[in-house]
Formats: sequence, structure tokens, C-alpha cells
Amino acid sequence: MRMTSILSYSFASLVAALAAAVSPAVAQDKVLTVYTYESFTSEWGPGAKVAEAFEKGCACKVNYVAVADGVELLTRLKLEGASGKADVVLGLDTNLVAEAKATGLFAPHAIDTSAVTVPGDFKDDVFVPYDYGHFAVVYETETLKTPPTSLKDLVEGDPSQKIVIEDPRTSTPGLGLVLWMKSVYGDKAGEAWAKLKGRVLTVTPGWSEAYGLFTKGEAPMVLSYTTSPAYHMVAENTERYQAASFSEGHYIQIEVAGVTKAAHDPELARQFLAFMTGPVFQTIIPTTNWMMPVGKTSEPLPEAFGKLVQPAKTFLMAPEEVAANRKAWIDEWLAAMSAN
Amino acid sequence: MFAPAQRRRIIGGGAAWLAALLAFVGAAAFALWQAAPPAAGEPGAGFDAYVLGVARFTLWQASLSTALSILLAIPVARALARRSAFPGRIWIVRLMALPLGLPALVAALGILEIWGRQGVVNAGLAALGVAQPFSIYGLPGILIAHVFFNLPLAARLMLAELERLPGEYWRVSASLGMGPGSLFRFVEWPAMRSVLPGAAGLIFILCATSFTLVLTLGGGPAASTLEVAIYQALRFDFDPRRAMLMSALQILFMLVVLAGLRLIGPVAESGMTGGGAVRRFDGRGGLSIVGDGLAIALAVGFVAAPLLAVASSGLAADLQRLIRDPLVHQAFMTSLVIAVSSALLSLSMAIPVLRARQGIAASRRVSTPLQLLAALLRDAPSVALLVPPVVLGSGWFLLLRGFGNVSGFAGPVVVAINALMALPFVCRVLEPALEAYQVRTARLVAALGMGGLPALRLVVLPVLARPLLAALSFAMALSLGDLGAVALFGSQDFVTLPWLLFSRMGAYRSADAAGLALILALLCLLLTIAGAPRARNREKEES
Amino acid sequence: MTATEEAIRLEAVRLAFGSVEMRFDVGFAAGRVTGIIGPSGSGKSTLLHLIAGFEMPDSGVIRLLGRDVTADGPGMRPVSVIFQDNNLFAHLDVATNVGLGIDPALKLDAAGRAAVGDALAKVGLRGFEKRRPPTLSGGERQRVALARALVRRRPILLLDEPFAALDPERRAEMGDLVTALQRETGMTVLLVTHQPDDVVRLCDAVVEIEAGMVRAVRTLR
Repeated sequence: MRMTSILSYSFASLVAALAAAVSPAVAQDKVLTVYTYESFTSEWGPGAKVAEAFEKGCACKVNYVAVADGVELLTRLKLEGASGKADVVLGLDTNLVAEAKATGLFAPHAIDTSAVTVPGDFKDDVFVPYDYGHFAVVYETETLKTPPTSLKDLVEGDPSQKIVIEDPRTSTPGLGLVLWMKSVYGDKAGEAWAKLKGRVLTVTPGWSEAYGLFTKGEAPMVLSYTTSPAYHMVAENTERYQAASFSEGHYIQIEVAGVTKAAHDPELARQFLAFMTGPVFQTIIPTTNWMMPVGKTSEPLPEAFGKLVQPAKTFLMAPEEVAANRKAWIDEWLAAMSAN
Repeated sequence: MFAPAQRRRIIGGGAAWLAALLAFVGAAAFALWQAAPPAAGEPGAGFDAYVLGVARFTLWQASLSTALSILLAIPVARALARRSAFPGRIWIVRLMALPLGLPALVAALGILEIWGRQGVVNAGLAALGVAQPFSIYGLPGILIAHVFFNLPLAARLMLAELERLPGEYWRVSASLGMGPGSLFRFVEWPAMRSVLPGAAGLIFILCATSFTLVLTLGGGPAASTLEVAIYQALRFDFDPRRAMLMSALQILFMLVVLAGLRLIGPVAESGMTGGGAVRRFDGRGGLSIVGDGLAIALAVGFVAAPLLAVASSGLAADLQRLIRDPLVHQAFMTSLVIAVSSALLSLSMAIPVLRARQGIAASRRVSTPLQLLAALLRDAPSVALLVPPVVLGSGWFLLLRGFGNVSGFAGPVVVAINALMALPFVCRVLEPALEAYQVRTARLVAALGMGGLPALRLVVLPVLARPLLAALSFAMALSLGDLGAVALFGSQDFVTLPWLLFSRMGAYRSADAAGLALILALLCLLLTIAGAPRARNREKEES
Repeated sequence: MTATEEAIRLEAVRLAFGSVEMRFDVGFAAGRVTGIIGPSGSGKSTLLHLIAGFEMPDSGVIRLLGRDVTADGPGMRPVSVIFQDNNLFAHLDVATNVGLGIDPALKLDAAGRAAVGDALAKVGLRGFEKRRPPTLSGGERQRVALARALVRRRPILLLDEPFAALDPERRAEMGDLVTALQRETGMTVLLVTHQPDDVVRLCDAVVEIEAGMVRAVRTLR
């Protein structure tokens, strides 16, 4: 049938045009390839500013390869194996660290991290933290006049005041809450989940869906970060959304970066990690990535950051412990949350 | 019907495309299977109560969703067929193609504006003094969302079938004095039933592979589909073999369902329309006018309300800034190019596949291998829809990473995957038209010795223009809404509208996301207008 | 010819059809076969559709058997219609197609079912009850349509080029069958045709239509 060949032809020309449109730019002499997640390189993210600042001092070009999120980042590393192009991988979190190390793709960072301070005392010879945030229940102040003051309060509170949470099977905040509950409740976590179930409006696949439901007013509470209110205060000039401070403490999410064994120029990669812990990078992070800096900033944080919840206690489990127990704890969560 | 040589050629052509399709899926599966880390345990070990429970829920919610979508679509299709000319009808038909073009999350937020705790329905109930808010979360939410997506699809497929009935049918039944009940039983229902196995199969697959909607509106992990478990296995557990075994399980279940649906009965052969505008003589009574009006109004309200909610949220965004944003331009163009190329690719796959089936069906003696080929040609496109895009994307990532910069392949891979996903829709829309073309026109073209461009320009395109456009617009809408299986490919230049939308949403910019959703919906609307153009004014029929 | 002998009467019927204005003022004798001829697009089928109720006149009155049926729907008129094609519902078997002529909801008693069998026998299709239309030849399908017209027992039968798709031999057979059935039942038959043969062989009178008007009426026998 002639029609077929004509259609195929027009398709082929379109694909050619498409391929031309997406083909990569011509490479420069000295290139640092950084694998990261998409929001780091988005137009409002820290990526562009970070690259610009770093390039000033390195006579090189920073080339980002951005995938959807931290989990996707790890998947890509596993799929690529040794054939990967990454010099630096930026954007894994502490819960993914054990699995990332197990790939055998990373080299010790060998830089001085004495300037890095994160709550929970995370220290690692392969991965270097660059920002952190505590998980927190963010609530809408107009509907919820008396927010929960502790995880216990959340679990046992009024079931008609709903919360939207994320699924630990598909998202990092979801996993974060599972670890938080485990940290506070230990062996009783299953029972606590069963109690909390009544307050859970729904469980979304990711943070975006949950936060979308929350800002639409579907529930007065959402599982997010202590830093979330900073965005609303700085960018939207509203104090309507606040994080609830929990007396037991908050579980932390630390974002880290590492150097690959296959890095073309390990020295340059380490230089980037060092730069990452320095004041220039750390100053960019808070209002672009909406996370807390791990080192000194060259100018004071915006005022809104001073109003954020400062957790009295930080929970952090060892990556190895998380890796070893993740499946069992998610199963516990599933059993409790699926029961009728 | 076909000369033997021609028949061999078209069957061969269809078989070649089928082989290409299977190779595309098979290669991805093979690559992924090979990539399994040595440490991964027995892949079958995880086939526990969890997977079975998830499978059970998947089938349960998909069955309910399909049944509801089809049942509710019947009166709508019937009313629209009966009222063949009223102002705005064309817009209602176009509206029916719109939901498929929306990303699930956008649709979910639109649905929540209507049915959510703070939605219009609950506000109305509260105004009436009902205190307890209606809660959408759980099975009701899943069903509402799936009916929102699939009622329009079912209605359009059934409407097309009703409109294909010869005009004489309505004259004969009017002359025989058949009442609405008889007409439904003897004329309308048999026609609608003939598209049921195909339409229900398609809808069932869409509902069974639903991911975001089921999780977001399902209220908890008790509402999970196999697709969630597959995603989890591949992404969080990085256990490709487990992911693929679950995909296989999913395909197996669906094959059983598809086979079951085929028991509904053989597809009825109907007469052929003369092509003129069909006039109806029934439904003149006041009661039936009210009934049809109600069916149409309810369906339009149900489908349009969440879309309007999406639009009104979008209007609140800073659209001027978005429209001037070069990144939005880029995303718009990328989305458009992807949608058009996937639709064309899908079409150029569908035509040989359908023609090959016709070729086999037209043979007097059909050997067992040919029967098998016909069955494969019929079902392979639907089954391909069951292979999770995340599996295809990861598999092709593995295959392509050896060939240079993998992000450069993002476009072609997305186009191929989207084309594959659209294939069952395109086949469904195109099949009846292609059959009619074969019966009515193809022989004439052959007799006149026409071929090549003149035949294409003078005969094929004019005769098949409408169904081709309809198929294209369905395929384009589907590709537009797709987030893309390219999350892995990490190409900075490869930004589509849904990708940009999610990216803004993931960075607290929900107003921007709403604005982008509006832009996406408008683009989709544009494509559906192209897919269902206004009929040229035909002279009243006259002999 | 007086009014009482006319089964069909169109009085000052007008119907605007695109740019063409049709005007009919004509009667058709009861119990006779009248051929309707004329060039394509002259309004032959429209005339039939007006009588059957598929078209409504802009003005004027249509009387069937002396009764004003202008406002009646197709099903209320004492009329059966057979078209060139698609007279049968392709997905229903022959018996059902014919049975719908007895009761449009197909509530048939034993007598009804017997009537279906008899009618099929009369058109030479005994034993075809379970066959489906796509398995029949064009001539057989038209004969099933005739059988249905028979069981409906309507005094007027409108035939809209019913033989056009048949080969000459089948056409002759069908013509004979129509003549025989008309004699037996005394129906009033209007036959739209392009074939002069049909007119000569079958018709008692012929009406010639041109440009939406009756140009000539001739009595043949």
C-alpha cells in the first residue's frame, strides 16, 4: 500500500528533525559530567548558578545529565554500570547510599569535610552531604488551628483531620515517614500505622501529588519538609503553610554527592565536591533547592529560614540498617495500611 | 478480493510489522533480563500473597471500571446517534477525545475540584445541609476517574458504530413501527455490542495498568495495581527479573480477560452506508427528547466539569509569563513533534497490520499458521499496551547506551513507545473504515488500474480522511499526555509539556503547573478539532 | 378515475429541497401497479419518501386510503417500503427480519411464526428461517423483504428501485413475484425504476417525474 510508504517517509523525516533537535552540544576540552536530578538543573534550581560559579575557577565546563529524581539516578547508575559517563553523582540521599556503594562504582572522596555539619552526624568516606532537610508534617494554618505537636499526637489525633502521605514503595518521603515511625515506635510501628491509617486521606505515588492535593485543600496536613514553609514565605509571601514541630524529633533527609571510580579527571571531580561544601555553593542552595545548607554561607539565610522548625532531635538510621530492613518495614507498613 | 500476489504481499507486510513490534518489546525485555544484578535472589520468591492481592485488586477495579464506563456510555452513544444534528454536537464529540490527552495527575486534580472533599459536589451537599462530606478516596475515586477517562472513549467507539449503520435501517424500522425498545434490541444494541469486545478490552487494559490514579485516589496501599508493584520492583528494588515476571503475569491475566470478552459474540456484519448523512425517524416523542438530553447533559457535565476546573486553575496562573517563556515554547514544540511523529508511526504500523488481517480474512482457505498470525495481529497491539513503559524505557536505555550519548536517543525511543501505546486505539478507530474502504472502493481502484500518488490523492485520502484524522488525533492526544518513559535518559534538551508540568509541580510552582495544564489541554483540544472536523454541508440526500 | 378509487393522493404538496422546489399534486389508483420514472435527481425517491413519511411536506396534504396522514410518522401509515439495498438487518436471521413485520417487538405466537414460514414459502425461500442476510444472494435478500411486506398486510407497497442491484434474470423473477403477490393481495404498488422493461412488464400505469414535478401520467392497461 502506497500510503504506508508515504507515511513512513514523513515519519522518518520528522524523526530526523527530532534527532537533530535533541543532539548534544559540541563537547569542550575539559568537561565535568555531573549526574543529578531534574529539579537541580531546572531554570530555578541551583544547577546553572553552581555551574557558572564553579567554571570560573576550573577552566572547565560543567555538563549536567539530569534524570527524574534520586531513585531514578540510582537506577540509571545500576543500568549503566561501568559504561557510565558520570564524574560526579549528586542527588542521592542517605537511604540510597548503601545501595549506591554496593554498585562498586564510587571512589572515596578523600576531601576535607570538617566544615560540613549536618544534624545526626552523618559521616561517610564516599559520599559528601551538600544539603539536608527534616521531614515534617506541613499544615494549613487557617483550617488546622491546633496542629499535632508530636508523632504520637498525629497518630492518635482526631481522625477527621486528614493527612496526605506518600507511598514508601515509590517515593523517598514515603520511605522517610516509615523510618521516622520506626525510629519513634520501634517494634510498635505496625500498631502505630494501623492507628494512623484512619487519618490518612490517601497515599500518593510521589511528593508532587501529595503536595498538590494539600494545596488544593483536600487535606489540612501533608508529609513534606521543615523547609517547605520557607518557599511559601519567600516566594509567595505567605505564612499560611507551616511545619509542625514534633517533640520526639524529626527524621532527616541528607542529600549527598560522590565521585565515580571511572571519573575522567578525578582531581577535577574532587575539586567540585570541595567547592560543593564551600560558601558559594552553600549560599545558592537554600533558596533554589529549598533545603538547609550543610556549611557556611557567604551571606545570611533569608529571614524566613529563621522561622522554620528547628528539630530538637534528629533521627537518622545507618544506611546499612535501612538497606537491610527496608523490605520488612515496608511490608509491615503495607500490612497495617491495607488491613480493613 | 485480493489477487494472490497482492494478498501475499500485504500479509507479509503485516507480519513484518508485527515482527518489528514484537522485536521492539522483546529486545527491551531481553536486555533487562540480562541486566539483573547477580545478587538478586530467586525472582519467583516474591510471588507471595502481596503480589496476588495486588493482582486481585487490579482485576477487580479494572472490571468494575470497565463495566461502568461501558454501561454509562451506552445511553450517551445512543442519544448522540439519535440526535444527529443539534448545535454544539460536534463539540461534544470532540470533548470525548479530550480526557485521554491529559496526564493522570492533572485529571486527578481536576476531578478533585469537583468530587473532592473541598469540591463542588461536597460544597453543594453542604449547602443542602448534608454534614458528612462525600469521600472520593477509595474505590469511588478510582471508578470516577476511570469512568472520566473511558466513558468518552467507549461512547465515541459505539457512536461511530451506530453512525456506520445504513440509513435504510432507520427508515425500515420507522416504517415497521418499531418502538424505542425494539429499536434498541434489534438495531442499536447489536451494533454497539459488536464493538464491545474491542472497546471493553481496551478500557480494561487502560484501567488495569492505571498507576497514579489508583494510588492517588485509592486511599491507601490496599488499592494498588500490578503496575505499581512493577514500578517498585524495577525502581526501588532494582529487581528487573521480578518486574518482568510481574509484567508477564499481568499480560497473562489480560489475555484471559480478552479471550473472555471475545465470547460476547462474533462481530456482527452490518450493511454498508451509502455515505450520506443519516436521518433518524425515531425519538420524536417528548420523553425521549428529555431522556436523550439528560444523558448527553450528564455525560458532558461529568467530563467537562473537571476539565473546566483544570482550565480555571490554569487561568489563575501567570499565563502571559508562561506564554513568553522560551522553555515553554521548547516544551510545546517538543510535545507537538513527539505527538505528531508517534501518531504517524502508529498509523503506519496500524495500516499494514489491519490490511494483513483483511488479507487473511479474505482468503478462502486459512491454514493454521495463518489463523495464528491473524490472532496475533489482532491481539498483539493490545498486549503491547500491557508492557509497562518503564520496562520498555529501561530496556531500550540498556540497548542504546553502547551507541554513544544515550540522551540523544530519548526522542526516537519516546516516539516508538508512544506509537506502540497508541496502536490499539488507532487500530480500533481505523479498522471499520478500512474494511469499508476495501469493500467499497478498493476494487474500483484496482479495476481502474490506479496506483501510487493519484490513487492516494484522489481516492484513498478523500475516502479515509475522516477516520485517519480521528485515529491520528486519538494517538496524538495519548502521546501528549504521556509523561514519557524517558525519566532515565536524562536529556536536558528533551523537555515535553507534561515533563515541565511535573517539574514545576515538584518545585512548589503549582500555579505554573496549572497554567501548563491549561496549555496542554488547549493543545489537545486543537488536535481533537483536527481529528473531528466539521462535516462539509452535504446536500440533503436525493436519488 | 375518481377520488374514491385512489389509494394515494398528494394535494398541493410542496417541499423545498436544497435549491429545488418540489411540487406534487397527484393520485395513484388503488389496487394497481404504478411505475414512477424520471431522470436521476428528479424527485422520484422523494415522492416515495413523502408517501412513506420519511419526508414531511412544507405544505399540502397527503391522503392514504382517503385518510389524511400528513402528520403521521412512518410507522402509522398503511405502507410497506422496500429499498434497493439494506432492507434487512444484517445481524438478525431471516425469520426475525420477517417476524418484525408482524410485530415490531417480535412478540410472536404460534400463528405468527407460521405466518413467517408461509410468507417465506410464498417468495420461494422455504426453510431459510435461520439464515443470516450476508449469506444470501442479493435477489434472495429482496425476496425476504417482500415476505416481510406480505406479513405486514399493509395495503400500500412502495418499491424504491428494488431490482436495481440484481442481474436481468433475477430481476425478471422478482418482477413476476411482485406481480403475483399484488394480484393475490390487491395491494397498491408504486415502483420507482430506471428500467423501461420493468414498466412494460409490471405496471398498469406510469407517472413521469421531472425537476420535482409530475410531467406526465399514462395508463398502460
